[in-house]
Amino acid sequence: MPELRSLVTKVRSKNAGPFWLTIDIFCGSQAAYERVRDGLATSRVAEVFGTRRQTIKRFDIPDLQVVKFSLPRPAVQGSLHDRDMHGASWAALLGETVI
Amino acid sequence: MVRVLVPSGALGLNYDETALQRGIAAGPDIIAIDGGSTDSGPAYLGRGVSKYARASVKSEWAGLMAARAQAGVPLVIGTAGTCGADSAVDWMLDITREIAAEQGTPLKIAVLRSGQDPAATAQAWKDGRITPLGNAPDIDADAIADCTNIVALAGAEQITAALETGADIIIAGRTTDTAIIAALPLMRDCHAGGAWHGAKIGECGALCATNPQSGVIMIDFDATGFTVTPLADGAHASPHTVSAHMLYENADPFILFEPGGHLDVTGAVYKAADDTSVRVEGSEWVPADDYTVKLEGTRAVGFRTVTIALLRDPLYVANAAAWADDIIAKCSAKIEARMGLAAEDYTLDLRLVGHSASFGTLETRTGDPFEIGVIAIITAPDAARASEIGKMLNPYLLHHPLTREEEQPTFAFMFSPPEMHHGEVFEFVLNHVLHLKNPMDAFRLEVIDLA
Repeated sequence: MPELRSLVTKVRSKNAGPFWLTIDIFCGSQAAYERVRDGLATSRVAEVFGTRRQTIKRFDIPDLQVVKFSLPRPAVQGSLHDRDMHGASWAALLGETVI
Repeated sequence: MVRVLVPSGALGLNYDETALQRGIAAGPDIIAIDGGSTDSGPAYLGRGVSKYARASVKSEWAGLMAARAQAGVPLVIGTAGTCGADSAVDWMLDITREIAAEQGTPLKIAVLRSGQDPAATAQAWKDGRITPLGNAPDIDADAIADCTNIVALAGAEQITAALETGADIIIAGRTTDTAIIAALPLMRDCHAGGAWHGAKIGECGALCATNPQSGVIMIDFDATGFTVTPLADGAHASPHTVSAHMLYENADPFILFEPGGHLDVTGAVYKAADDTSVRVEGSEWVPADDYTVKLEGTRAVGFRTVTIALLRDPLYVANAAAWADDIIAKCSAKIEARMGLAAEDYTLDLRLVGHSASFGTLETRTGDPFEIGVIAIITAPDAARASEIGKMLNPYLLHHPLTREEEQPTFAFMFSPPEMHHGEVFEFVLNHVLHLKNPMDAFRLEVIDLA
């Protein structure tokens, strides 16, 4: 059972404004795209980020071989309990998820 | 056709001089650059100041002002001074005056201010003229009235008003990233979907191409779409780099809300025009019935003191989390007993670098680190008490033992004194829109002639 990051070109996370986090999985090939699209359930992503599946927006984008997730930030950007001002590190947490 | 030259994703990030000159030689109709973003957090809007060094901003802006004079076209900056608050606009205006005096060029400057009076904004909330966006914080009128700064994000309408003054330079407070690029193409009846889509692709400069740090791009807008061309040596745009840019920092890669409507790029077609340029058509602008502008606001939430300690003793590295939990428990009890502060009056957090600092309880990995960084973060109602808590914590970070029996341990500090004082800290309060009858209702336009 491989980690997501070993299957794809890049996993990237960034703020999408102060209240949202967005994570782009660049799969890099049609085979990898299909594997991620079919193998990474939105409910699993919700578990990784400690949130409910209903709060997550998912975009499967075949033209770019990208699977994208957007979710309310685990802590609002720059709030007292935020750990990551630019939302940069969250990609690693998803990238290490086994699928 | 309208040709927009974008020197970089933000003033202060640098741009490629050769590529800029190439852009000027190509005869642009306008030069547009973004001056800010919320991406570096609430402190800048909280304080109304710029993130970038004044010397960097001045140096880059002087280069753009000279290029503007050479091209004889308007130069516009949006979200001046990182946050676009009125004080940041004044800072940018001051820099502009200095450069104008040094360059000896007469100038007409239009200043668009986006700052909102907190009391008036609280009243707008009570009147029902402010509505929440997705994942907006739960607030009330008092939270709005308490804001240190509130800005409204101007759209194309307000930038158009500034351009219609005939100004050489437009210094705008908070705007959407796209408005400064889309405004002129929209004024000249270019394809509306193409104008907004091209603006979105161009707002980060060459981030939509290879060699993203080169900055400079040119966008040609016309009746059916747009063509984007990066101008630095070795920078190429492809249908993939351009379409992938819609993912960047966007919660939704197909829909982008702007004042007065939204952009829908679901039907956009990206084609290579040549080796370096990409042609895009098929994006759609969907006007809204209601004219709204997004609001950003920040309020002060206390004063912060930070201390860093290092654990290198293998016993303490292995038991860092238990050690930190014990310190929190003992120090919190002492803070309550000696300072009369209850848990809800302050925060005391120990983040363990090498253990769980990135994700806290969501961390899934464990490892065998040889050292642990301990970052203590304290927030209190005033600077004096934040400092006092830092001093109360100090003996624990210096000597706290895992067991009573062992010889007293000592841990490493990097500085004397170990406490660092951040001053006042802020949080974002608003993720809302303000409903306007007239687009200029929340904005102020001033024209200044520099002889």
